[in-house]
Amino acid sequence: MVNKSAHIITEDLNLWFGDNHVLKDVNIPVYDRNVTALIGPSGCGKSTLLRCFNRMNDLIPETRITGKVMLYEENIYSSRVDVTNVRTKVGMVFQKPNPFPKSIYKNVSYGLNVRGIARSRIEEIVEKSLHDAWLWEEVKDRLHESAFSLSGGQQQRLCIARALANDPEIILLDEPTSALDPQSTARIEELCLALKDQVTILIVTHNIAQAGRISDYTAFMYLGEMVEFGKTKQMFTVPKDKRTEAYLSGVFG
Amino acid sequence: MTRTRKLQALLGTSLLKLFIALTAIFLILFLYVIFSRGGKMINWEFLTQSPRRYMTEGGIFPAIIGTFWLTVLSIGFALPLGIFTAVFLTSYARPSWLVRIIRVSINTLAGVPSIIYGLFGLTVFVQFFKFDVSLLSGALTLGVLAMPVIINASEEAIRSVPPDFREASLALGATERQTILRVILPTALPNILTGTIISIGRVAGETAPILFTAATFYTRLLPTSVMDEVMALPYHIYALMTEGSHAAKQVPIAYGTAVVLLALVLLVSTVAIIIRYRLRKKKKW
Repeated sequence: MVNKSAHIITEDLNLWFGDNHVLKDVNIPVYDRNVTALIGPSGCGKSTLLRCFNRMNDLIPETRITGKVMLYEENIYSSRVDVTNVRTKVGMVFQKPNPFPKSIYKNVSYGLNVRGIARSRIEEIVEKSLHDAWLWEEVKDRLHESAFSLSGGQQQRLCIARALANDPEIILLDEPTSALDPQSTARIEELCLALKDQVTILIVTHNIAQAGRISDYTAFMYLGEMVEFGKTKQMFTVPKDKRTEAYLSGVFG
Repeated sequence: MTRTRKLQALLGTSLLKLFIALTAIFLILFLYVIFSRGGKMINWEFLTQSPRRYMTEGGIFPAIIGTFWLTVLSIGFALPLGIFTAVFLTSYARPSWLVRIIRVSINTLAGVPSIIYGLFGLTVFVQFFKFDVSLLSGALTLGVLAMPVIINASEEAIRSVPPDFREASLALGATERQTILRVILPTALPNILTGTIISIGRVAGETAPILFTAATFYTRLLPTSVMDEVMALPYHIYALMTEGSHAAKQVPIAYGTAVVLLALVLLVSTVAIIIRYRLRKKKKW
């Protein structure tokens, strides 16, 4: 059932913000059409690692990166790579829902517009993306209203739809439910499980139970190091590392 | 202890109220003086006729038109340039000595006395570019004067756009340029307009910068091209109050002109505020 081909592999990934060594020799595979969860205490570098996969750390001045991030056969940090291309293939959803101050429709069509997709195709893709993000029924009659008229949970699903519209191979989710109520959180979790047939999902979460509920693989990070990586079921029942065990049982976090 | 603190609080708020009252009194007094002396001059003829008989009769129509065009052209020149400069400073410029110098220059320019802009305009636009004393020279001079304010307001407006929007746009595969044009500028626009409204008031009311560059003492004719000299409301007031030999007839006209100038600034500002309000209503976050 589990397809074992790795979609993204990092090779000895190191990252510094100025003098601060944030990621230390990280090696992690992200398997195709699976949900992989990144867990660890605050400040362990899990969000920073996530932002390496679509090169969002490029935006932070004085960032230095060594090692490789291989998306299939291509190192996305190679100088020949077009970063906008990477970000189209690797979509991202942020911690706080951040729709644009535009209409619901224009939020979803944004990625298509900037890539110059033909107008005739956009409408169809927008509808499909909203369907895939389970938002269509709620917004189909108000597509041209402001995205801010939606609830927090709906806004986050709009952000997922917006990312799906680019037809990405991977979606990165950076603590996507930490600003949401339990009901909206449950809906996003179910959505993740439904989406993994069509897209690979990498999710950062500080919620251990959430990682247990939705992920196939889990990576535990601590102080910038990848402490343990493995199947979620295995790791949650018999963690190999003492630190993983301590974190999972709530000794620190 | 508590009694002295209560007293202090009472004293503090009373003082604040006093200051607010003083400000309000000055504003009311100001409007009263201008309108009581100039208000009765306003009639259809005053607004639509040229001055007659050494500016002792007739209206101020050419000055209204002159000020209108000076304002529109100068803002039309300063707004795009100011916005582009602000975009460069906020989004492209890496911290360097050059950028620091540009920034210091802009802030210094904002504080330069307006008469010096007049001399600058005379040297550069009137003489060097040979635009002569014209609507064009005056509008460019006023534009240079308005630019620092517009740049500062635009920079402020762009910086206040939540960084989330920029991240979201870039994460969707947009380039930096697309992000600025499609997300950041539209979001910052209402606040940029606020800065522009302030400069409109300033530009319309300035006398010194147009003294040597655009304004003429008297013309019955309306400008037919940007190379014509124009009359302008603030300069007209100045001329009436200093040059005339019929003070009894000219002083009321000067106050009437002041009323029109105030009304014009108010009108332009209102239009800008309405535009801003509409833009804001569409983009709440």
